[in-house]
Amino acid sequence: MPIALVDCNNFYVSCERMFNPRLEGKPVVVLSNNDGCAVARSNEVKALGIKMGEPWFKMEKIARQHGIIAYSSNYTLYGDLSARVMSILSTFSPKQEIYSIDECFLDLDGFDPKTLMEYGQTIRQAVKRNVGIPVCVGIADTKTLSKLANHCAKKGLAGKDGVCDFGTLSEEQRRALFAGIPVNEVWGVGSRITARLNEISIKTVEELRAANLKMIRSQFSVVLERTVRELNGVPCIELDEAGTPRQQIMVSRSFGQTVTALDDLSESVAYFTTRAAEKLRHDGSVASSLCVYVRTNPFKEAEPQYQRSMIVPLSQPNADTTRLVRAALRGLKEIYRAGYRYKKSGVLLMGLQPKDMLQATLFDDPEKQARSDSRMRVMDAINRKMGQGSLTVAAS
Amino acid sequence: MISTSQQNPIQLPAIGILPVRVPLYSHKVAAGFPSPADDYIEDRLSLDEHLIQNKHATFFVRAKGNSMTGAGIFDGDLLVVDKSLSPSSGDIVIAIVDGDLTVKRFIRCGNKVILKPENPRFKEIELQDGQELQVWGVVTSTVKKFVKC
Repeated sequence: MPIALVDCNNFYVSCERMFNPRLEGKPVVVLSNNDGCAVARSNEVKALGIKMGEPWFKMEKIARQHGIIAYSSNYTLYGDLSARVMSILSTFSPKQEIYSIDECFLDLDGFDPKTLMEYGQTIRQAVKRNVGIPVCVGIADTKTLSKLANHCAKKGLAGKDGVCDFGTLSEEQRRALFAGIPVNEVWGVGSRITARLNEISIKTVEELRAANLKMIRSQFSVVLERTVRELNGVPCIELDEAGTPRQQIMVSRSFGQTVTALDDLSESVAYFTTRAAEKLRHDGSVASSLCVYVRTNPFKEAEPQYQRSMIVPLSQPNADTTRLVRAALRGLKEIYRAGYRYKKSGVLLMGLQPKDMLQATLFDDPEKQARSDSRMRVMDAINRKMGQGSLTVAAS
Repeated sequence: MISTSQQNPIQLPAIGILPVRVPLYSHKVAAGFPSPADDYIEDRLSLDEHLIQNKHATFFVRAKGNSMTGAGIFDGDLLVVDKSLSPSSGDIVIAIVDGDLTVKRFIRCGNKVILKPENPRFKEIELQDGQELQVWGVVTSTVKKFVKC
């Protein structure tokens, strides 16, 4: 059952280039808001050796030398273009799994295997013509392999014109190709697993593919065993169509200037919780616990470092901003220590479940619930109309 | 000229939001006094549906400058642009010229392609041999507001 993985090329950079053609062929980097770490790099920037997540101040010198153009991220724009791309891609298969803002899996089961390269080309052109965003297409029998095929298409290691179908390769060609790709390019193989694999002389994708399953399971995990099976063409990870509702919602940000007082931290935590609660209600979910965290600036090595997080359980799963903010501030008070310069704080809502599947408990007060619901509706409406953050819950 | 400044030259149509349907009256307004007698409702019109054919490929762009006043495009007008269309001679397009987005009339004359402004004070842009024209999208309509609100 062939699966395609369609991935936008340097998505955020492509979005910026679309509205500013001058950026074509120039080194462009998109930075995360406030803390200014690279979240997208054009090929020209990648060629300069700048890594994903590298903070601006570390690359500033190279950036000046090579005329790198930096943008702060514009998630409204990226979100809109992503929705368009995904919507177009959904017309190419009855089953689509949107995996992230810039990539999705398409089930190509039942398509004539001989025409898949061509079909991949059609997909690419449709996205390019309608939205203007370049994408690459990887096609293979499992999700893990189609991710790898996409990598090959993007790097031009195999396939043609941004499309790579492993189904067109002979066993021998595939082996040769895999032997030339470092193992860390495999989906789910991070830097720590890579280091451990390298210790036992598994350095390439081919070596991992040929590894003993039992050994992988006992020395690593069933998860990695599944990856090895998938590399051998045995589907183990199903296509997740429904777009599983979010499991958690995170809102966090670095501060432009460091913060020392509890009051100031409280204000930011209250704001983040308000935003997170809005997203929660938008999804029609409720949270059963939340995690609040703070940290100093790890790049300022000379300063005293501190970071801590705390999980605050909620007595009843809910989506009420007032209650969530209260819980978050309670947690913050516990973890706050005076004498540090805080750079970042955040709130994570966890244990999410659909609101309408909520079980009634002994302590439910339907009238109170209805009041809370209508209060939240008014709050969301005002913030939508007047702009994000017009109405928040006071921190103190 | 389309503004290429970072200050929001492009506005994104709210795709996925239910279109608002407004009654469409059957009489034509003859730039005179509309007759209230025959204003029965013929249908309900949604401006989204009226102006947008291919919602995935449609972008709203704010026009800047006066090079297209002859075509009824003035500074500040909102252009509805469909990226998926290939331009035919005579269409108004947004083209990429020297890295800038610019709105002009697209004229094909034999092998020659001309980007024609609709204002005598501006010069035509003629594509030289080997110079490839990149069309960003075709302007399908413009939205003009007469009252600020």
